[in-house]
Amino acid sequence: METLMAYIVGAMFAAAVYMMLRRSIVKLVIGLMLLSNAANLLIFTVAGMRQGAPPLVPEGAEVPASAVADPLPQALILTAIVIAFGVLAFSVVLIHRAYEVVGTDDLDRMKDTDT
Amino acid sequence: MLLAVLSGFILALFAPLICRVAGDRCGWVFALLPATLFVWFAWLLPEVMANGAQVVRYPWFPAMEINLDFLIDGLSLMFALLISGIGTFILIYAGGYLKGHPYLGRFYVVMLSFMASMLGVVLSDNLVTLFVFWELTSITSYLLIGFEHEDVKARASALQGLFVTVAGGLALMAGLIMLGTMAGSYSLNDVLASDADLLGHEWAVPMLLCILAGAFTKSAQVPFHFWLPNAMAAPTPVSAFLHSATMVKAGVYLLARLNPALGEAELWTLLLSFFGGLTMFTGAFMAITHTGAKKVLAYSTIMALGTLVMLIGIGTHYALVAFATFLVAHSLYKGALFMIAGILDHETGTKDVAEMGGLASLMPVTSVAAAVAALSLAGLPPLLGFVGKELMFEAVLDAPAWQMLLPVLAFGAGIGVMVAAGIIAIKPFYGKRLETPKHPHEAPVSMLAGPVVLAGLSLLFGVALFIPEQTLVAPVVASLGGAAEKVHLALWHGINMPLILSLGCLVVAGLILRFWSRLQPQLDVLREGLGRFGPEAGYFRIMEWLTRIATWQTRVLQNGTMGNYMITLALTTVGITGFTLITQYGVPLRLPVPDSGFAAGIALLMIVSAFFATGTVSRLGSVAAMSIVGFAVALIFILFSAPDLGITQILVETLTVILLVLVLFRLPGFTRMSSPLERWRDIIVAVMVGALMTVLILAATEVQFFEPISAEHVARSVSDGHGRNIVNVILVDFRALDTLGEMFVLALAAVGVYSMIRLKAEDQTA
Repeated sequence: METLMAYIVGAMFAAAVYMMLRRSIVKLVIGLMLLSNAANLLIFTVAGMRQGAPPLVPEGAEVPASAVADPLPQALILTAIVIAFGVLAFSVVLIHRAYEVVGTDDLDRMKDTDT
Repeated sequence: MLLAVLSGFILALFAPLICRVAGDRCGWVFALLPATLFVWFAWLLPEVMANGAQVVRYPWFPAMEINLDFLIDGLSLMFALLISGIGTFILIYAGGYLKGHPYLGRFYVVMLSFMASMLGVVLSDNLVTLFVFWELTSITSYLLIGFEHEDVKARASALQGLFVTVAGGLALMAGLIMLGTMAGSYSLNDVLASDADLLGHEWAVPMLLCILAGAFTKSAQVPFHFWLPNAMAAPTPVSAFLHSATMVKAGVYLLARLNPALGEAELWTLLLSFFGGLTMFTGAFMAITHTGAKKVLAYSTIMALGTLVMLIGIGTHYALVAFATFLVAHSLYKGALFMIAGILDHETGTKDVAEMGGLASLMPVTSVAAAVAALSLAGLPPLLGFVGKELMFEAVLDAPAWQMLLPVLAFGAGIGVMVAAGIIAIKPFYGKRLETPKHPHEAPVSMLAGPVVLAGLSLLFGVALFIPEQTLVAPVVASLGGAAEKVHLALWHGINMPLILSLGCLVVAGLILRFWSRLQPQLDVLREGLGRFGPEAGYFRIMEWLTRIATWQTRVLQNGTMGNYMITLALTTVGITGFTLITQYGVPLRLPVPDSGFAAGIALLMIVSAFFATGTVSRLGSVAAMSIVGFAVALIFILFSAPDLGITQILVETLTVILLVLVLFRLPGFTRMSSPLERWRDIIVAVMVGALMTVLILAATEVQFFEPISAEHVARSVSDGHGRNIVNVILVDFRALDTLGEMFVLALAAVGVYSMIRLKAEDQTA
């Protein structure tokens, strides 16, 4: 599965970078979302994938009965998902605001505003 | 010892407060600190004389051999005495000179820190600590030179001084690290005592050159001398301190300090005596071409610094005695003369000596102090400067044969300083009374104290030579590896070569002074001609090129186009990571073999959706395709044992879609903005990034370097964290601080979003 995931993640990264290179500011945001999903998936894959062994301790036991999936990357990804959402919300509002002020959604034309 | 060095910094913290409380008398209050330190250093002196060098150790970063260790011997104590002694009078003087200045508190903060840093330089035993203090003097002197920060010239001069000394400082750091590594210890005491063959080491030459670069820039040796006269932009008390006892003497101190260890090197002797001699002559010559009192003095400082460096380079017994004597003499008269120049400027309102005359009757005390100090500068008996100069001639004449050039340079320099002394002490005070912008009268006590005491000491030391001989010169010679018991200073050596040279200097100098005013126009022309080709012109050219390259580089790299930044980042990442990856692991290409139909399906779904999101011209289609990818990610999380991630991902993905649909549809629809060529370029970059990530994962899943640290988390989740969901326990317990940080980020984002929406509302109502 990891090998297959490598290709999926690669494709997601390629799509994300291509979108972020577009001049439309909306595409930039969509690219950003794809990028954060791709990055999360990358960490998830690299940490090793294991089916049917969630990192939970059954009732009454001190430690899980058998080996479980690594919980630390999961905790990190959980943080990343939430942060990515914060960034997205902020950038979406910022972009909307910028569009209202500058009057264009073309990133190449936005660069002239500071001169 | 630690307290002695750091007390300046501590007092600096309270300086503005003290200034406010003590008002006009704050100079006297601050002077108590260096005065106390002076007494303490003086009290240490006999003990060090009797028992030799002492090292006081305070661990700082012991594991890295960086410690606040202090080396107390004759050399460091003499410098410490000069710094604290002259510092006392400078602080008092500054109180009078800058009376009522709005930034007086700020001035004392920097001044006290500067003094403390300087003490740190001369007392440090650890090479790294020495370097830290060394750089602190550069930074504080930058602030002091640019103290009148509203003056463009002051700022430019400060920056010039900083650039030159910090560039040298960088070289010095490299040199000191090499020295420490070669000697096997970062303690100066150990380096000096080390029997390792420092000069036979393969790094010996680069190490020497680096250290010399540091010392030469700091001590304003040709061709780095130009920053020092420009540093005159500083308030006079600063110039007086900078020139007499501190800053520029740091380089001299370092050279003297390392002379016992490195003095045997041919290169060391050659470079030091050559550049020292050249600097000595250049300084003396430049001094007589100027009419500004402070400029004349500044160039005479360069002359003195050159002399000191040259004497270290010669390195004979005579040279070491001359070094110590000349150093003390110079500090005393230069401190006094600068303060007098400040008084003249303060009282008459002009800096140009050519505009002053006949002030002696109006300022009797100043004129006497000036005369005494200037006699010492000129090197006339019975002042300490005379003894210093005679010894210098003696040392130069005594130097090995190939240094034949030096006596000639010394003779020229001797003439130069005598003329300079005349300019500063005769011209303003005697002759015809000239009208000046302000009506002059005698300076206040606070400003007179320094010049009078320092000039008095020049005289006292000259007459009672046993005092400097026993308390200052002999200990220094001892710590430089010379024979302290052979030190004997005398005013009268009989009629010998040095005396004849002195007389010759006096005659020529008298002639030049006689016609000085008439020579001025020619000297001006000469000076301007030199200025066009001098090292300072080189400095400006370098700075100009630096700015030009910076402008060009900014235009290329920071051109404001988002796409360019992205491509630069992406290609750099691909280049560096890809290179490392391929050279370390090769290309671990494995073809994807789906282990089930379900896996194949989900992979196909994700890849197709991701590409569809990029290709479609419909905004809704693009957002929908993107969210399909997001939900597929959630599915993968759930399938592969990460239920919490799956839940969060579904929640966030839903919110994202809602948000995008709400906001983005108020923006214009997709249009083709870029040309086909640009699209192909972007596709290539994107594919490169994607390929890199694939290879990265393939390589990373093949190797595992370490056991995962989460084994501990799993084992202690219930017992220590009291939770059965290990991921949750990690988030709220083991890594709770991370989560707290995350909450702050979210709160900040929320505040940002809220304020932007509010801003919009206000815009619309307005």
